[in-house]
Amino acid sequence: MLTAIDMERFNAALAPSAAALESMNAKISVRDFDFFYGSAKVLHGITLDIPDRQVTALIGPSGCGKSTFIRSINRMNDIIPNARAKGTISIDGRAIYSSDTDVVSLRRRVGMVFQRSNPFPKSIYDNIAYGLRIGGMRNRRELNNVVERSLIRAALWDEVKDRLNESAFALSGGQQQRLCIARALAVDPEVLLMDEPASALDPIATTKIEELIWDLKVNYTIVIVTHNMQQAARVSDRTAFFMLGRLVEYADTKTIFMNPKEKMTEDYVTGRFG
Amino acid sequence: MRRSADDRVFRITTGMFAAIVLLLVIGIGFELWRQSMLSIDKFGFRFWTGRVWDPVSGEFGALPFIWGTLYSSFLALLLSTPIALGIAIYISELSPGMLRQPLAYLTELLAAIPSIVYGLWGVFVLTPIVRKLELLLPESLRRTPFFSGPPLGVGMGMAAIILSIMVIPFTSSVAREILKNVPIAQREAAYALGATRWEAIKVAIGFGKTGIIGAIMLGLGRALGETMAVTMVIGNNPQISPSLYAPQYTMAAVIANEFTEAADDLYLHALIEIGLLLFIITIFVNFISRFFIWTTKQRMERPA
Ligand SMILES: Nc1ncnc2c1ncn2[C@@H]1O[C@H](COP(=O)(O)OP(=O)(O)OP(=O)(O)O)[C@@H](O)[C@H]1O
Ligand SMILES: [Mg+2]
Repeated sequence: MLTAIDMERFNAALAPSAAALESMNAKISVRDFDFFYGSAKVLHGITLDIPDRQVTALIGPSGCGKSTFIRSINRMNDIIPNARAKGTISIDGRAIYSSDTDVVSLRRRVGMVFQRSNPFPKSIYDNIAYGLRIGGMRNRRELNNVVERSLIRAALWDEVKDRLNESAFALSGGQQQRLCIARALAVDPEVLLMDEPASALDPIATTKIEELIWDLKVNYTIVIVTHNMQQAARVSDRTAFFMLGRLVEYADTKTIFMNPKEKMTEDYVTGRFG
Repeated sequence: MRRSADDRVFRITTGMFAAIVLLLVIGIGFELWRQSMLSIDKFGFRFWTGRVWDPVSGEFGALPFIWGTLYSSFLALLLSTPIALGIAIYISELSPGMLRQPLAYLTELLAAIPSIVYGLWGVFVLTPIVRKLELLLPESLRRTPFFSGPPLGVGMGMAAIILSIMVIPFTSSVAREILKNVPIAQREAAYALGATRWEAIKVAIGFGKTGIIGAIMLGLGRALGETMAVTMVIGNNPQISPSLYAPQYTMAAVIANEFTEAADDLYLHALIEIGLLLFIITIFVNFISRFFIWTTKQRMERPA
């Protein structure tokens, strides 16, 4: 007899072959994924494959479930009371909602950057080192190395290398956001989730973040939520258009913006929406 | 136009009330000072360092009371802080949502119990128990200065226990408020880096650290000035001793006990001078604690 967990494993095992139809190297496979806040169903049967080491943008009108979806990928929604997920999300073929998933290690593999930068009230150094320290790294030299490497990757090193012991709150908004990116990179994730990472920033800081995303995709699978169509067009390889909790269209970014199949997508990306 | 005029009237009246409160505080301080002039002039600084309190010969030294107040408050915080923070953490972080409000009300209820009731409970219920415990203490510990003297039940240790219970609701409700208001983004940042629940709680505590220190100091302010319950269980004996068994005295207790007996002016002024010092200390402690709590709340309102 098959238990629910067996079924999930079964589904997860199937996912890669299903994914193969669409893309040969899916990092994240989502199948019939529903999400509920209490009794309100906010995601309806989402199915898509997110390719490895590319940037996938999630776009759609406010309230359509982009944040809910992206937060489902590292199970950040687990901390919301009465929230419930149904269906499967697998990363490298392993179902993350199965009962044998270790959420803590999942979140270390799937980093997240939030809409508003949220540094800890600690020094720049200690912010980056936080994830390493809770992971058990104590050796000062090792810590120094990773802190430096992460800041370099987040294109922040030159600006802060002489003030690592200053409070993170002393940085500008754009720098704080890059600090948060560096903090996420420090624990060496494979996937980076970004929920409107530049929406609170000025154009120059935004450009820096976009360039950074472009550089990072060499090593990381990136999923980014954005309200800015130009941004989605500039940084992403694939774009998923959500509306009212459903995935309307998902394709190469070029296709979505130049030649969408759905009328709704076209209306939205050309700004004729609503 | 009208609305802004209304606003101004509102601002001015509330401002006036605030000013009245401030004036009142200054007035009380001034009056305490004026009414203790005799003692201030006669003893000067010696008043704070003298160990002899002898109304008959007119010799007044307040050190034993200052010691008693500070020591009992310190011990009380030592006991109450971990418990109060534990309660705050449990209610705000760990308890099931349904229990949250009832538990919060329940701890706050502790603050509503009149001090005299704590005193009575201390005398009739707790003292015999504490005395039994004191008797059970191993001989090796009894030989240390912290537990020297006959086990009477009443004394410094007993006062610290009662005080700590009275302080818990203050510390825990402010600490709970602080924890509750730590931006969710802080916990999410921790979780996103692979923090466990307990590690995320530690992040929240770290964020509210200053405010939590403020909460502890608020408890201190309360403990310093507490009178009735302490008077009933501390033993009222002006001596300076580290022993928890020793009957001692506090500033508030000596004022309450001896105010009606103070026959001559110098005696009265000496008591009021103790009041003046207590007033200054508690205002200072409260000010600092409020300041810490305020700065923390300020920081939390900024989206961080
Ligand atoms: N914690 C929550 N509890 C209950 N409902 C929620 C919660 N968070 C979001 N929702 C609801 O779920 C739906 C999807 O919200 P979500 O935040 O995922 O949308 P979004 O696409 O990210 O919107 P935006 O572009 O404004 O950020 C909305 O209807 C929202 O009201
Ligand atoms: Mg959102």
